[in-house]
Amino acid sequence: MMEAFQKGADGVYVAGCLEGECHYLTGNLRAKKRVEYTQKLLDEIGVGGERLAMYNIAASDGPRFAEVAREMHEKIKALGPSPIREALQKKKAA
Amino acid sequence: MIVAERKPIEEIIGFVENCKKILIVGCNECVTVCYAGGKKEVGILASALKMAFTKEGKDLEITEVTLERQCDHEYLEEIRNIVEDFDAIISLACGVGVQFMAEKYLRTPIFPGVNTCFMGVTEERGVWSERCQACGQCILGQTAGICPISRCAKRLFNGPCGGSTNGKCEINKEIDCAWQLIIDRLKELGRLDDYDVLVPIKDWSTERAGGPRKVIREDLR
Repeated sequence: MMEAFQKGADGVYVAGCLEGECHYLTGNLRAKKRVEYTQKLLDEIGVGGERLAMYNIAASDGPRFAEVAREMHEKIKALGPSPIREALQKKKAA
Repeated sequence: MIVAERKPIEEIIGFVENCKKILIVGCNECVTVCYAGGKKEVGILASALKMAFTKEGKDLEITEVTLERQCDHEYLEEIRNIVEDFDAIISLACGVGVQFMAEKYLRTPIFPGVNTCFMGVTEERGVWSERCQACGQCILGQTAGICPISRCAKRLFNGPCGGSTNGKCEINKEIDCAWQLIIDRLKELGRLDDYDVLVPIKDWSTERAGGPRKVIREDLR
């Protein structure tokens, strides 16, 4: 997750299975905690934890996947480019 | 083990804000077990610092290394050849490791990346609690394996104070009264008579209050 933002991603979302339906039992619950930790870290460094999100989507639920993709796209579009991407672009232009 | 916690990123950025090239050194022992300073945490810190610097339009080159330990000469020597290449080193070891590194490498500033908290146990994943304060004269044999120095707020030696309520300490309802724990354990062991044996006044000179300590074993030198 950190690496994606480091390389300039404006937003990242983690899609896990519905709670209670994880093939690895608690994998999606552990992921949720890791996402929350990373959100706090992103707030601390000024990138913004709101650029990272976790969603729970059943593997077969295509329509929900599309809905989430649209929702995340709108959210990140409203937030604008990540300060890291802007800084990387500025550096490249210089 | 020694339990530590990551320092706030802002504080760490403050240490290295004028640097161009740094080394982050993790430790494979205690701080790995408490998820504060192992290889993974080194990677996360490196990523966070890189982003914080990029955001300010600054470059920061980071090298990541994780040593087996930072409290033994052999392991710290492994970085001797590269230490002077850097403007600063952030050590994610406990205070012991940070100091030992600073004693060895005099020409590079060494900064701590974690706050060292206590010697304790992993109660469950994500929860660590204090057990030992290294007083230098262990009385655990008389107190059924529960330490009144580290676990009693008043460090009492011969039973609970009047503040012990429902097995909890008066300073905080979340904290067990150490003497309640001791009495319960002695009962289970069938050794409640030990409770009547007075523990004499402690010689505190072996504790930190007596000054920085050293252990020497002539047979090993």
